[in-house]
Amino acid sequence: MSTVQEHPTPAAHPRGATAVEIVGAGRVFGGRSAPVVALEDVDLTVAAGEFVSLIGPSGCGKSTLLRLVADLDQPTSGTVRVFGGSARDARLARDYGIAFQQAGLLPWRTVRANVELPLALAGTGRASRRERADELLAMVGLTEFAEHHPDQLSGGMQQRVAIARALADSPSLLLMDEPFGALDEMTREHLQAQLLRICAETRAAVVFVTHSIPEAVFLSDRVVVMSPRPGRIRQVVDVTLDRSGAATPGSGPHDDAGDDLRTDAAFVAAVAAVRTALHGGGTGPRGVDLR
Amino acid sequence: MTRSPVAGAARQVLPPVVLLAALLGAWHGAVVLGDVPPFVLPGPAAIGDQVVTYREAISSAALVTGRNAALGLLVGSVLGVLLAVVAAAVHLLDVLAEPVVAALAVVPIVALAPVLYAMYGAGSEQARVVVAALAVFVPVYVTTLRGLRQVRPVHRDLMAALAASRVQVARTVTIPTAVPFVFTGLRMASSLAVISAIVAEYFGGPRSGIGSFITTAAAGSNYAQAWAYVLGGIAVGLTFYAVTATAEHLATRRAGP
Ligand SMILES: Nc1ncnc2c1ncn2[C@@H]1O[C@H](COP(=O)(O)OP(=O)(O)OP(=O)(O)O)[C@@H](O)[C@H]1O
Ligand SMILES: [Mg+2]
Repeated sequence: MSTVQEHPTPAAHPRGATAVEIVGAGRVFGGRSAPVVALEDVDLTVAAGEFVSLIGPSGCGKSTLLRLVADLDQPTSGTVRVFGGSARDARLARDYGIAFQQAGLLPWRTVRANVELPLALAGTGRASRRERADELLAMVGLTEFAEHHPDQLSGGMQQRVAIARALADSPSLLLMDEPFGALDEMTREHLQAQLLRICAETRAAVVFVTHSIPEAVFLSDRVVVMSPRPGRIRQVVDVTLDRSGAATPGSGPHDDAGDDLRTDAAFVAAVAAVRTALHGGGTGPRGVDLR
Repeated sequence: MTRSPVAGAARQVLPPVVLLAALLGAWHGAVVLGDVPPFVLPGPAAIGDQVVTYREAISSAALVTGRNAALGLLVGSVLGVLLAVVAAAVHLLDVLAEPVVAALAVVPIVALAPVLYAMYGAGSEQARVVVAALAVFVPVYVTTLRGLRQVRPVHRDLMAALAASRVQVARTVTIPTAVPFVFTGLRMASSLAVISAIVAEYFGGPRSGIGSFITTAAAGSNYAQAWAYVLGGIAVGLTFYAVTATAEHLATRRAGP
C-alpha cells in the first residue's frame, strides 16, 4: 500500500508481462428469441504497466468488455485472463481498482469513508487508511469536502471521489469507465496528468474507456477502436509520445508539459488515425469480415 | 426579516392550536345551543370533566393498552425483520411465505381475538399482544423484504469488485439500504399495534385496557366517559407514532439508495 513512493525500475514488472489477456471473447445478452450480441470475437492483450484506451460509439460494448475483465460478468465465449490467472482469481485477490460509469458512491458514508472503503474492506488500519484518503482527496481537489456526503456534491465531484476510491488500494490494474466524462476541461487535464503520474509511479496497467479522441491519445500507449454492435475491435492505434514531461511527479503545473504534448506532431497524427478508424475508415487485420 | 427560533416555533404551533380551539368552541356552541342529546355527541366540557374525574383510571388503562401494543410491536417487528432476512437469503422460503403473508394481509386480524381469548383464557392479556404482533408482522415483513432487495446494481458490482465477504456486503450496503424501508414499516406498524390492541379489547378479555372501558362506559350510557377513554386511546396512538417517527427520522437522515 505504500508503493506510491517507489521509483519505477526498468526491471521486469513484478506482476509478470501481461496484465490482461482476452482471447476470442464474446458476450450475448438475452434469450434465444431476441439475443443482443454486445461483443464478438474480441482479442486484446494489455501488458503490465501499459495504458490502453477503449473508444467507440455508444452501445458498442466498452462497458461490457470492462465488466468481463473485472469478472462482474462472464463471457459467453472465449476467455479472459488477468495477471496469468482467471479474472475471478484476480477479483478475489483485489488485483484491480475500478471506477464505474456511474460514480456509485455509498450515500450514507462521508466522502472520506467512501474513499477509504476499499482499504477498510481489505483490513487496512485506521490511521494509514485516513492518510491515504487525505492524499487522494488532495489529488482530486476535494480536501474540503472530506466530511460531506455524496448528495452534497456535484456530479463531477462525485466522479472524482469515485476515481480516488479506485486508486485507494494502489492496484496493479485500473479499470476506468469514462471517469472524466462529467468534468470541465481544466479539471480533466489536471486529472489526466495525475493519472499518468500515478501510473508511472505504481506501474499500474490501465484499461480506460472514453469518448474523447484527444484524451485517449494523450493518455494511452494504444487506443483500441471498437465498431458498433456487434462490438468488435476494428483497429488498434499505437501511440508513441514522449510523456516524460507530462507525467513527472511534482513538476508544478503539469499543463505546460501537457500542452506541448497536445500540439506535438505525433499527437496530431495519432488523433487523425483514431478518428479515421472510428469513422469506419481503416479496416485493420481484425476488421469486419466483408464477403 | 429576522426570525428568532421562538417566533418560528410559534408560527408553526400557533395555527393548529387556534384551529383546535375554534373547533372545540364551535362544538361546544353546537351542543349547548342545538340541545344535542349526550348519546349523540356530548360536549367538550362534559368530556373534559370526565377526563379530570377519571384521569387515574384512564391513565392506568392507557398504560395497559400501551403495554400490550408495545409488546406486540416488539414481538411482531422482531419476527418480521428476522423472517424477512431469512426470506431474502433463502429464495425457497420467500416463495413459501408469500401466500401466507398475502393471506395475513387481507385477514382482519382482530377478528382472531375471540378465538385467541378461548386459547389463552379470558383473564389473560396474551391474546391482545398476539393480535397486535400479528398486525405488526405483516407490514414490517413486507417493507423489510422489499428494502433488502433495493441494493443498487452498481453497489452490488462495487462489493464484488472489492471482493467483500457476505458479512461485509451486509454491513456496508444491504443493511444501510434496507434501514429506511424497515423504519417506514415500523411507523405504519406502530399505529396498527395500538388500533389492534384497543379493538381486541372490544371482543372480551379482562376489563383492563382503554378498549374495554370504552365498551363498558358506552354500554352504561356514560357517553362523556366513553369519549374520555377515547381521548386516552388517541394519546396512546400519538405517543407510538411520535416515537417511531422520531426513530425513523434519526435512522434515515443519511440512508437510502
Ligand atoms: N445487462 C444487460 N442486459 C442486456 N443487454 C445489455 C446488458 N448490458 C449491456 N447490454 C447491451 O450490450 C450493448 C453494449 O452495452 P455497453 O454498456 O457495453 O455499451 P458501451 O459501449 O459502454 O456504451 P456507452 O458508451 O453508451 O456507455 C448494448 O447494446 C446494451 O444494450
Ligand atoms: Mg458504457
